[in-house]
Amino acid sequence: MPVIQYREALRQAIDEEMSRDERVFLMGEEVAQYNGAYKVSKGLYDKYSERRVIDTPITELGFTGIGIGAAMAGLRPIIEWMTFNFAILALDQVINNAAKMLYMSGGKLNIPVVFRGPNGPAEYLASQHSQALQTMFVHVPGLKVVAPATPYDAKGLLKSAIRDDNPVVFLEGELMYPWTGEVPAEEYLVPIGSADIKREGSDVSIITYSKPLKMVQEAAQALEQENISAEIVDLRSLRPLDEETIFKSVMKTNRAVIVDESWPVVSVASHVAYLISSRCFDYLDAPVELVTSQDVPMPYNHNLELAAQPSVDKIIKAVKKALYIQ
Amino acid sequence: MGDIKDLSKYDKKTLKKFMADMLLIRRFEEKCAQMYGLQKIGGFCHLYIGQEAVAVGSIGALDLKTDYVLTGYRDHAHALACGLSADSVMAELFGKETGCSRGKGGSMHLFDVEHNMLGGNGIVGGHIPVATGVAFKIRYNREKGVVLCFFGDGAIHQGAFHESLNMAKIWNLPILYICENNQYGMGTMYKRVSSVDDFSLMAASYGMQGKQIDGMDVLNVFDEVSATVNRIRNDNIPALLEIKTYRYKGHSMSDPAQYRTREELEEYKKLDPIVILKIDMMDNNLLTEDEFKEMDKQCKAKATESVTFAEQSAEPQESSLYEDVLV
Repeated sequence: MPVIQYREALRQAIDEEMSRDERVFLMGEEVAQYNGAYKVSKGLYDKYSERRVIDTPITELGFTGIGIGAAMAGLRPIIEWMTFNFAILALDQVINNAAKMLYMSGGKLNIPVVFRGPNGPAEYLASQHSQALQTMFVHVPGLKVVAPATPYDAKGLLKSAIRDDNPVVFLEGELMYPWTGEVPAEEYLVPIGSADIKREGSDVSIITYSKPLKMVQEAAQALEQENISAEIVDLRSLRPLDEETIFKSVMKTNRAVIVDESWPVVSVASHVAYLISSRCFDYLDAPVELVTSQDVPMPYNHNLELAAQPSVDKIIKAVKKALYIQ
Repeated sequence: MGDIKDLSKYDKKTLKKFMADMLLIRRFEEKCAQMYGLQKIGGFCHLYIGQEAVAVGSIGALDLKTDYVLTGYRDHAHALACGLSADSVMAELFGKETGCSRGKGGSMHLFDVEHNMLGGNGIVGGHIPVATGVAFKIRYNREKGVVLCFFGDGAIHQGAFHESLNMAKIWNLPILYICENNQYGMGTMYKRVSSVDDFSLMAASYGMQGKQIDGMDVLNVFDEVSATVNRIRNDNIPALLEIKTYRYKGHSMSDPAQYRTREELEEYKKLDPIVILKIDMMDNNLLTEDEFKEMDKQCKAKATESVTFAEQSAEPQESSLYEDVLV
């Protein structure tokens, strides 16, 4: 099976869907002539021309709304945000228009748009450029939110997102773009709303999604050396959430650690912890542990920014706490 | 030989300060590029080389006891021109405790309350309303100050710019919006994404004065900004200047700038702001080659010393992670 980068997997998905469906187009800052700030759209401008791969001014609110209007009228836009930190400017359009239109119109107007780009911290980018903002979107009914961690999932989920008749927020990661993985040459889809067991285990369920998956896999390997068998649940979709896969895993292992790189307060992690507490109460042998970023803005200093985020070490500690091991 | 520019209206001290400030910025930024290559500085690092006349000429027209400066993420030069020490800026870029933002802000977030330098903002156009708010405070307190709000040709299309200009005008706020048009918003030539080529026209939509000026000649910038700031100070009205300039380097350290030709860059280097001032001063017998070399040597030394200072400064304590979230 071919091994490709995460960014190439995204590009293949966009490319395939653009050739499959004339209504699909890509719009955003530097997506065309510059080939994308992170080179996700490399070559697409040459292939599809400026009619379908469109550079915008730096006007996040405006071009996000244009994507919504075009979708409302029958096109299927892919709107690229250079980073989710800039998408904050576009939140009004996403929350008040994209997420509400179907409901407000009594089911008459659906918005088949994909909003995508890098979310979460990279390195040395300080407070305004290092935010994991998924909670802001997951909070809102009327949106779907997906966060794939591997090239395989990225391609399959992006194709599903483009074909979905709802607004889908698609979370990538700056540091994930060069990650490599096997992606089949033949066409496939990964359905939205389905989690994936990335590693089978029996002692503890580590539930995670997006970039922290790699850290969790490393932690699971280290724990294996200590005869602790960790199961990894990769959520992949945050809304809708595959609750059954989470519950099944926790009912098997009786312990849960949730790893989420966003802030801890009112987060995906805290919501999943609540669901486990209420649905798996009789199965739990220990309180649910959370490993999240610290409840502070991101500092620029590298040691401090690493201290602010989840780490392999923090994950191992949390697992041991859930297992009552000193 | 071109015409000799008459510098008799400027005092020699001012001219020398402009030269020293521009040289320091140039040498400091070159040092930053070097330190970035050595991975002493990380993340996004946007250099100002080529644009020195804009920050130096504009901020040179201010009295920072009463006036304020806010800018975007390409902010090293504005910080230095406001009087922040090269040491405190370099230490910030190294993420050290002695940095002007205690190692928490980095390249894009330089602040110094004592020098009325209020950032250093990383979101394109995000500081324009904030700068307008600082002008609101000046008017509210019936002070004499003026705010200089710098932003690029990329930011001018953001809603935040247009909303701010409207409010500045209806409330007569003392603010000068300075669009530093370095011609590329990241990799995009400004004409590709603008309905008008002349940004000063946008002022007319908000009933304020707008003017497009050359930003490669520091004295031209100083004269134009001085005149505009005086008008703002006296009449409590906002204004917009588009200052045409050019950045020699890419958008940030990771941008190879393949969207423009080498010839274009070389053409602009002929208009180098340091060279223009040097020639003008030498033509007027206000500077000798030896004096220039000595000034340059001192600025290089300052830049080098700032690296030593940054390297020798302490890392912030891990406990500082939890400080400054709320007062």
